[in-house]
Amino acid sequence: MNINELRYGPGIRFSLRLECGECVGLTGPSGGGKTLLLRALADLDPSNGDLSLNQAKKETVEPAQWRKQVGYLSSESAWWATRVGEHFNLENNALLITMGFENQVLNWDVQRLSSGERQRLAFIRLLCQKPKVLLLDEPTANLDSENKAQLEKSVLDYLRTQKAACLWVSHDREQLKRVSKRSLHLSSGVWRESPT
Amino acid sequence: MNVILLSATDLAMAGGLIFLLGSASQISRLGITKSLYIASFRTAGQLFLIGFVLKALFENPNPLWILLVSLTMLIAAGREVGARQNRKLAGKWNFLTGTTAMFFSSFTITFFALVAIIQNDRWYDPQYGIPLLGMVLGNTMTGVSLGLDNLTTSSWKSKNTIEAQLACGLSWQKSISTIRRDSIRTGMIPIINSMAAAGLVSLPGMMTGQILSGTSPLEAVKYQILIMFLIASGTGIGTLIAVILGSRRLFDDRHRLRLDRLTEPRQ
Repeated sequence: MNINELRYGPGIRFSLRLECGECVGLTGPSGGGKTLLLRALADLDPSNGDLSLNQAKKETVEPAQWRKQVGYLSSESAWWATRVGEHFNLENNALLITMGFENQVLNWDVQRLSSGERQRLAFIRLLCQKPKVLLLDEPTANLDSENKAQLEKSVLDYLRTQKAACLWVSHDREQLKRVSKRSLHLSSGVWRESPT
Repeated sequence: MNVILLSATDLAMAGGLIFLLGSASQISRLGITKSLYIASFRTAGQLFLIGFVLKALFENPNPLWILLVSLTMLIAAGREVGARQNRKLAGKWNFLTGTTAMFFSSFTITFFALVAIIQNDRWYDPQYGIPLLGMVLGNTMTGVSLGLDNLTTSSWKSKNTIEAQLACGLSWQKSISTIRRDSIRTGMIPIINSMAAAGLVSLPGMMTGQILSGTSPLEAVKYQILIMFLIASGTGIGTLIAVILGSRRLFDDRHRLRLDRLTEPRQ
């Protein structure tokens, strides 16, 4: 994914060349505009500038198709149907098992999910749409250390096998060191490369 | 025709009831006293006005004047659609959506009723045309208003679930389909309730009026059935069009949910 002079939110600029298999960490204070960046990249909010995926400019891709490929995982997952299984189509249950669920979870009422379960299931839902780019907004905020480690591993596996890329918003610098080789830091409306 | 004529004193006595209600709501601080008085004065003023207009129209049934009165009714209805909505489409869009929906439902249905069902010598005869249009339009207005209000309020509340569906690669139509369906249903519930209760719980206004003025109950009933069916189809079609147009406006060309196209809520 190539992001060239993207202007989003309250006039923040962002440029980045994201290679296949690469994961880049994003840090910065709360309310600074990290989430707004992910929303702009997923084309949920208007933005200006050049945005392209595999040489295809955003404007030339159907909006629904773009969002399928540039998959956004919000920090608070939302569920619109009654049962978990109505929200995505699983090719097989490997991912469910990996993330610590059994097949019955598909029949669960979304109302009874804990915040951790919601977060893990939202991640499964995201991978089911086979995105080329993962936009993860604090994906492990509600997870215990075991599930956190599992999710990190699943993301890296996915990037390797699917040749996908990832932008990972986190407040946990140790976590970003584990999953990404480089990080960008947002401070006072300006993005800068973080020293590693 | 043996209708008992009402005097000014008669109306003033009925107005006294409104005054009693107003005083009661003032004492209990319901905060609705002013709206009640304004609405009562509007009812009296507007009805007298339309009474004079109809009298003049009946004496001089010129198609152009009839058209003018109809369009005035449509524009007034378009303004009323937005008047009691909490969050409405910003700018001209609320008015445009409402009037378009009401025009394509109320006018078409009234035209159909006049030409195909009533079959008067002059189809546009104001004695039939204006009252029919008024009744269809008034009820369609309620449906359109309720439907749009539900659409905008629910979209606001369900921002997260709508955007979650968009983010999953679903179309905007799919993402708003549940809200759309609920909004159309909300707009149609009042007329379905009136039809279900007609005769059993309530005697509809038009039929009551005809009976009061001496028409035989069975003839009045037939007219009432006709009117109920016209109103139901007008309301249904109008609400459908308004909710579809309104929901389209909530998304832009990149299928983004644009809640910035709604006004701030009324205080």
